[in-house]
Amino acid sequence: MKKKVLICEAPFDLQLEHNELRTAALNVGAITTFVGTVRDINQDDKVRGLHLEHYPGMTEKELDKILSEAESRWRLIAATVIHRVGDLSPGEEIVFVGIASEHRGDAFKGCEFVMDYLKTRATFWKKETTIDGERWLETRDSDVEAAKSWEDTSGNLTKG
Amino acid sequence: MKANLVFFASIREQLGCDGLVVELPETCKVSDLVLQLSEEHGDLWRVTLTAENLKIAVNQELVSGDPLLAADDEIAFFPPVTGG
Repeated sequence: MKKKVLICEAPFDLQLEHNELRTAALNVGAITTFVGTVRDINQDDKVRGLHLEHYPGMTEKELDKILSEAESRWRLIAATVIHRVGDLSPGEEIVFVGIASEHRGDAFKGCEFVMDYLKTRATFWKKETTIDGERWLETRDSDVEAAKSWEDTSGNLTKG
Repeated sequence: MKANLVFFASIREQLGCDGLVVELPETCKVSDLVLQLSEEHGDLWRVTLTAENLKIAVNQELVSGDPLLAADDEIAFFPPVTGG
């Protein structure tokens, strides 16, 4: 599988990333992409902006591990993860996950899996600015549950 | 032996410190390191570094339990992740 992991401040080019996945191999028959963006409301408060920091080195390793785990679960041809860091405004894109496979089932599941694991394992932290000041975000229970849903009680991956 | 400590996000802000180099005894577990930091820096460090949801990574691998440290290890302290 062709892997691409990128952490950067600059915006990403969706068309360019899509084309890279599409042309990864001639047997690509399905591409799924997910884009996460900055919302202007969180916990009922108006959000002015977001600051994202990460652990350089560890983040890339974790993302690479997540892609390898996805590769061991489904028939994937190429996978891309791009995550922005630094200061972002509402409406801006934060994260891109793109998966190319022969058939759509693998691409859909692979994409959801990578996002669920990224949310709970990749070393990024968000601090948002509201009218009341700055605050670090806390992990959402729903994100933890989403990641857990890929594991059975013995800790083995099952879903999909 | 020496070890490199790094702190991220809310932990870095609470401690007012993004990292430091510490001198540790040859046999030292993560819990010994936290104890030593608490003795050297006081209550704020003790409370912050023993918080229930604190995550610790050694050489960029998340650790569970209380592993032994080695010379030149990089030990990171951070809160639960919130990316995506």
